[in-house]
Amino acid sequence: MTMSVLDSKIPEGPLAEKWTKYKNEIELVSPANKRNIDIIVVGTGLAGASAAASLAELGYNVKTFCFQDSPRRAHSIAAQGGINAAKNYQGDGDSTYRLFYDTVKGGDYRAREANVYRLAEVSANIIDQCVAQGVPFARDYGGQLDNRSFGGVLVSRTFYAKGQTGQQLLLGAYSAMNRQINRGKIKSYNRHEMLDLVLVDGKARGIIARDLVTGALERHSAHAVVIASGGYGNVFFLSTNAMGSNVTAAWKTHKRGAYFANPCFTQIHPTCIPVSGDHQSKLTLMSESLRNDGRIWVPAKLEDAQAIREGRLKPTDLAEEDRDYFLERRYPAFGNLVPRDVASRAAKERCDAGFGVNKTGEAVYLDFGSAIMRYGKEKSLVMGIKDADQATIRRLGEEVVEAKYGNLFQMYEKIVDQNPYKTPMMIYPAVHYTMGGLWVDYNLQTTIPGCYAAGEANFSEHGANRLGASALMQGLADGYFVLPYTIGDYLSKDIRTGKISTDLPEFEAAEQAVRAQMEALVNANGTHPVDYYHKKLGKIMWNKCGMARNEQGLKEAIEEIAALREDFYKNVKIPGTVNGKNQELEKALRVADFLELGELFAKDALNRNESCGGHFREEFQTEEGEALRDDENFRFVSAWEYKGAPKDAVLHKEELIYENIKVKARSYK
Amino acid sequence: MKLTLNIWRQQDASSKGQFVTYSIDDISPDMSFLEMLDVLNNKLILQGQEPVEFDHDCREGICGSCSLQINGEPHGPDRLVTTCQLHMRMFKDGDTIDIEPFRAKAFPVIKDLIVDRSAFDRIQQAGGYVSVNTSGNTTDANAILVPKHDADDAFSAAACIGCGACVAACKNASAMLFTSAKVSQYALLPQGKVEATTRVLNMVKQMDLEGFGNCTNTGACEIECPKGISLENIARMNREYLSASLQG
Repeated sequence: MTMSVLDSKIPEGPLAEKWTKYKNEIELVSPANKRNIDIIVVGTGLAGASAAASLAELGYNVKTFCFQDSPRRAHSIAAQGGINAAKNYQGDGDSTYRLFYDTVKGGDYRAREANVYRLAEVSANIIDQCVAQGVPFARDYGGQLDNRSFGGVLVSRTFYAKGQTGQQLLLGAYSAMNRQINRGKIKSYNRHEMLDLVLVDGKARGIIARDLVTGALERHSAHAVVIASGGYGNVFFLSTNAMGSNVTAAWKTHKRGAYFANPCFTQIHPTCIPVSGDHQSKLTLMSESLRNDGRIWVPAKLEDAQAIREGRLKPTDLAEEDRDYFLERRYPAFGNLVPRDVASRAAKERCDAGFGVNKTGEAVYLDFGSAIMRYGKEKSLVMGIKDADQATIRRLGEEVVEAKYGNLFQMYEKIVDQNPYKTPMMIYPAVHYTMGGLWVDYNLQTTIPGCYAAGEANFSEHGANRLGASALMQGLADGYFVLPYTIGDYLSKDIRTGKISTDLPEFEAAEQAVRAQMEALVNANGTHPVDYYHKKLGKIMWNKCGMARNEQGLKEAIEEIAALREDFYKNVKIPGTVNGKNQELEKALRVADFLELGELFAKDALNRNESCGGHFREEFQTEEGEALRDDENFRFVSAWEYKGAPKDAVLHKEELIYENIKVKARSYK
Repeated sequence: MKLTLNIWRQQDASSKGQFVTYSIDDISPDMSFLEMLDVLNNKLILQGQEPVEFDHDCREGICGSCSLQINGEPHGPDRLVTTCQLHMRMFKDGDTIDIEPFRAKAFPVIKDLIVDRSAFDRIQQAGGYVSVNTSGNTTDANAILVPKHDADDAFSAAACIGCGACVAACKNASAMLFTSAKVSQYALLPQGKVEATTRVLNMVKQMDLEGFGNCTNTGACEIECPKGISLENIARMNREYLSASLQG
């Protein structure tokens, strides 16, 4: 392996002044010149929609692309719990520094200090911006914004809109886009999928996109391209991602020269509805906000767990002393609100030890019993009922819980067919988010000049584990407040370039390559549908690259994925043609890229001989089973360069330097 | 479970469509409706036939992609759920199920069960926003207090997922519930009041241009809405529209 030092372009100066100073010094583009500059934004989730709206507002000509039928349907819409901001409205000791500290620690010291500080710094502005746009955040009776707590922190800094915060924030960003569409500054290409990045003289100059309705390949040119296409959790087949969420835009960019960073850093979220059978197409998250009030437990005795699995015992019949609130037991300081990676591993540990509570043995309880009674008592007192009976207290408590989490409880009931007000929810960890992604510098520029990556698509500020309610924060920070400045600096050198022609040979070559891949897939005319391969890939990933990984399993995964990929191109069966609407072809093109990414993922996990955050290597753990980092040898970002096949990818390291935070073992005890 | 499915098949917008009957077994009551269609499609692919195309994405009832008119009802027989959240336990072994796209002049069929709902985007583009720039240089988020019940009502209106069930449920294919939900969200918040007059006029104008029908107060939209968007929003929009027209 060859190694080089990547230039992250972190500005000089004290941490708290870097961003302000940098903004004062970078080059600007005059309004007259902005009118002649085109920018492509791929993906219209929080990062893409906010970037598109802001860049159009500044005067650039923006084209957006999304595979959904409307920008409003991007998967940010499904984010539930909330968005963090260091507003300190609660006066509970929050500050920019504390949000920065919590995020770096939460990420197990594998994130870039300067980027995280900038994120914390702009976080408060996001809330101001969204309120000004008419985002209906939850408020208290005094008319002020309400907050709640999320995992891994000791303050209440999460702003929310019931369990639909992502929806409300995305509709806000979509409304900002709509304003620019109405002004003619954004042209929105919906039902379009980016299938390649086009480079001219080493710079990103456009994309090849497929119109998913007509099947036509289109060439679009621009002076800069923003990849905001989300994460790659669907490499596991089963995840909380939307069915269409995919890595294709990011992966094609990687294949054109952008380094892919930390692919093995994946977030497995502790509170999801457990898998119920082989027919299952996706998993559903139950928001982390539920851990504000829900207590996680399994039976303390193996025989009780067995009786519950066999349906001979009900959880509500179990006495307090027969329950093991294992997070509260192991992590008294943070209790049920430990970070996601810690909570997930703890649940897996109990289920592996035989304490699981559903038929498959892979579920733990999330119980609202105590919260219902606590809220009920408080409400009865507020209502002036002095000696309310248990039934009244329970009824009032259920009303409070419904007001807070009603939509989540309803969602659970529809899927599981059980009433979570009366019996505890059953939950189990599931793939939810990917911290890895395209490597970017401080400007959010990839290693391809003129190509930027934002939101979940970049390798981001979350290190090896993302804290709850931080994805929405990062997506909007990147799009509203970072890219509009940093792209301008790059484009200031491009004001004389003029319109980029799509007749250039580079566009022709890229289009032909895409066409050839599509035809190869359709002509394979094999025996297995696309899902057959996707499910097989998912099984390999979950069993060997999931919550716990080891050297042997990872080596097997690399071999198995490569073999599966070969079989896929020979034996996949896609009815129809490359012309017109063809959902199987759309899926096949996405799965083809997952079959490459999956192998790099395993290679990265194999290379990282330590445990950190969501990356847990069984060989590297403390006596208590906690992740054991190796700061001496692995305090770096892995950035992989594409060299023709995943196995040939070359590793580049960005060393992580901590000047403002003391690197220590992460503890939530 | 064993089922008979009558599914609308249509190659593209210009082709003539028709119902095709399929029988399917091995369906578990725990499957979602779309997982049942996944099973059918898997079978069709193995037989070399083109699978049934339908819009879907999040499969948890929030993105608004999925549609489907199931036995004559948008999103099927269950209440307050989208098609992706509908489970097969709502049906019985041996049932025959009719599956069609949402029907409306303003929602032309693209293929099979997929319709073009971009008219909704254009209604929003006509005024469904607050004209504030995205620089973040605005007042502190708590500078303007918003009464809790206004914030809650605005949220309830803003919870619309833009799926189009209201249009598909309406005998006039009216988009009043959809449009009024957005108008209401902003009308209830101080940030939205500044442009309230032009917003309601422009959005209603666009709604009419798109070819949606008139509202005759049957209330079918509210009953079929998977997010429980209230008819009160239509009343509020009518008030806003009247007052804007008088000012205009």
